[in-house]
Amino acid sequence: MPVPVLETKDLTIRFGGLTAVMDLNIHLDEGELVGLIGPNGAGKTTVFNMLTGVYKPSAGTISFCGELLCSAEHSVPPSQISIKGIARTFQNIRLFKELSVLDNVKIAYHQHVKYGLATSFFHIGKYAAEEKEIEKKAIDLLQLFGLENKKNEQAKNLPYGEQRRLEIARALATRPKLLLLDEPAAGMNPQETQNLMELIRFIREEFDLTILLIEHDMSLVMGVCERIYVLDYGRVIAQGSPAEIRTNPKVIEAYLGSEGIA
Amino acid sequence: MKKSTIINLIFVLAIGIALHLLRKAGFINGYYDHILTKICMFIIAAVSLNLINGICGQFSLGHAGFMAVGAYIAAIFTKNPGLIIPEAIAGMPRFFVALIIGGLMAAFVGFLVGLPTLRLRGDYLAITTLGFGEIIRVLLLNWKFVGGASGYFGIKPYANFLSVYVLAVITVFIIQNFITSSYGRACIAIREDEMAAETMGIHTTKYKIIAFVLAAFFAGIAGGIYAHLMQAIMPRDFSFLVSVDILLMVVLGGLGSTSGSIMAAIFLTLVTESLRRFQSLRVIIYSLMLIFIMIFRPQGLLGGQELSVSMLKEKIKLLFGRIKPEKGYASTNGTE
Ligand SMILES: Nc1ncnc2c1ncn2[C@@H]1O[C@H](COP(=O)(O)OP(=O)(O)OP(=O)(O)O)[C@@H](O)[C@H]1O
Ligand SMILES: [Mg+2]
Repeated sequence: MPVPVLETKDLTIRFGGLTAVMDLNIHLDEGELVGLIGPNGAGKTTVFNMLTGVYKPSAGTISFCGELLCSAEHSVPPSQISIKGIARTFQNIRLFKELSVLDNVKIAYHQHVKYGLATSFFHIGKYAAEEKEIEKKAIDLLQLFGLENKKNEQAKNLPYGEQRRLEIARALATRPKLLLLDEPAAGMNPQETQNLMELIRFIREEFDLTILLIEHDMSLVMGVCERIYVLDYGRVIAQGSPAEIRTNPKVIEAYLGSEGIA
Repeated sequence: MKKSTIINLIFVLAIGIALHLLRKAGFINGYYDHILTKICMFIIAAVSLNLINGICGQFSLGHAGFMAVGAYIAAIFTKNPGLIIPEAIAGMPRFFVALIIGGLMAAFVGFLVGLPTLRLRGDYLAITTLGFGEIIRVLLLNWKFVGGASGYFGIKPYANFLSVYVLAVITVFIIQNFITSSYGRACIAIREDEMAAETMGIHTTKYKIIAFVLAAFFAGIAGGIYAHLMQAIMPRDFSFLVSVDILLMVVLGGLGSTSGSIMAAIFLTLVTESLRRFQSLRVIIYSLMLIFIMIFRPQGLLGGQELSVSMLKEKIKLLFGRIKPEKGYASTNGTE
């Protein structure tokens, strides 16, 4: 059996008296596109925050490509996790708003820069060649996302949908193995959502990615994911293919309890 | 190096040579020579503080402390021939070596101050650096070897205009190169959104420390220059108010703009010098100025933009071309 890209064992986190996530056991095999759904406050974003080192779990372990990434005893800073190959987007877009679209992507390339600090002081040696390469790669990436003609605009001036796409582009610039998308379609109209679905499928092939996707938009999750985990009150209440999830009584109940399944 | 960098460098060299020739020809007397040198020193101080406060977005109030370290260490080395640096290195070369040792010492102290503080987010750095500046001052007051409260005298006037001008150019060159490199972008990312920067693989603490130590180094150099310009230094020369003066330069010039810091350093040094006879007035004028900046141009003169020869050219073209120039653009003639 191949080693899963991501595996969590009994992952739990408590905030004071509140157990936001309880005994979470999920796994993603290489190249899979998996959905993580659940009603508001179910703990989805909290799972992402644990996977990226923002929160330290109270119990349980996270393994990445067969290697122990972090646990309650052993926490790793987010920057280290990014370097290991996990990238994410944020539910409430966290671009570098005042900076240009191009700089947003270039910053994410920083972890791959080979020239040293001394070179940066004098701009000698391989500086020029490497900066040129960074620029080219960033523009290539923006091209894939249809943003290259906006490369000099401030990120905050992009329309909402484009900001979401830029955030994905920025995450890809870190060259991840695993991409975590937190409600990438939030605030998009149906046409934009449709395009986004195609884009997500496309980048998975193009960049050999494994993707874990949080989504409220059921049509997106059902249309694009191969497997789905359903979280409610911090626990996995169901898992399986979209067809299985759609007819699972527990899921229907959880969603009817909040806003109803789309 | 980019073409625009080279053009800027040539421009800067031309100004340096012009000023030097004016001095040689006797158009600039000793007093103005002194002020020009002081301006260059403050440029070094302001541009380096801008690296922490403007680029990295961390609020430091300790620049005077680092300048004190650089000033005293450099002075000790030029005043004591044979101390660690071999006696054969004398005169100007000794001054430069002493400056670098002073800068390195300031950088080391910066590392010790920054390491525990820069891990934390928020205003801890402001408080720590404020305390640090005062601690340095109290230590110096009680250090008999360098004269304590009465001051350290008889420092040779090695800091002349030409040498300090060259040092200022080198400082601006290195810091500006750093800012425009990938490392500088990492620092700017921290300023914009620390959490997002961290998630993009930027070890935020590490880069904050790099910027802080680099700035402390150049503050130390500025301090060393100050010592060899004034020829006598006292602990009270490096009070908290000096840190505030430099901070004012950075804010006035526009946080994050190197050329803004340079222009504000020139402007404020001139204002201070012309108000030398009205010390109490100076404080009022400074406060008023700060209030006016906050009300009318909170982003500072340049508002984070950089002024360069090519940009000036664009603006001039705009001015004389068909397109009407943008209204309200701060018209300033810079030296970068
Ligand atoms: N830092 C924190 N401190 C305290 N409680 C927290 C913290 N972060 C999350 N929580 C709580 O954990 C629970 C899960 O929140 P989370 O943001 O993960 O939900 P979610 O599934 O992403 O919801 P949504 O669909 O609204 O985004 C909530 O009750 C939230 O209040
Ligand atoms: Mg959420």
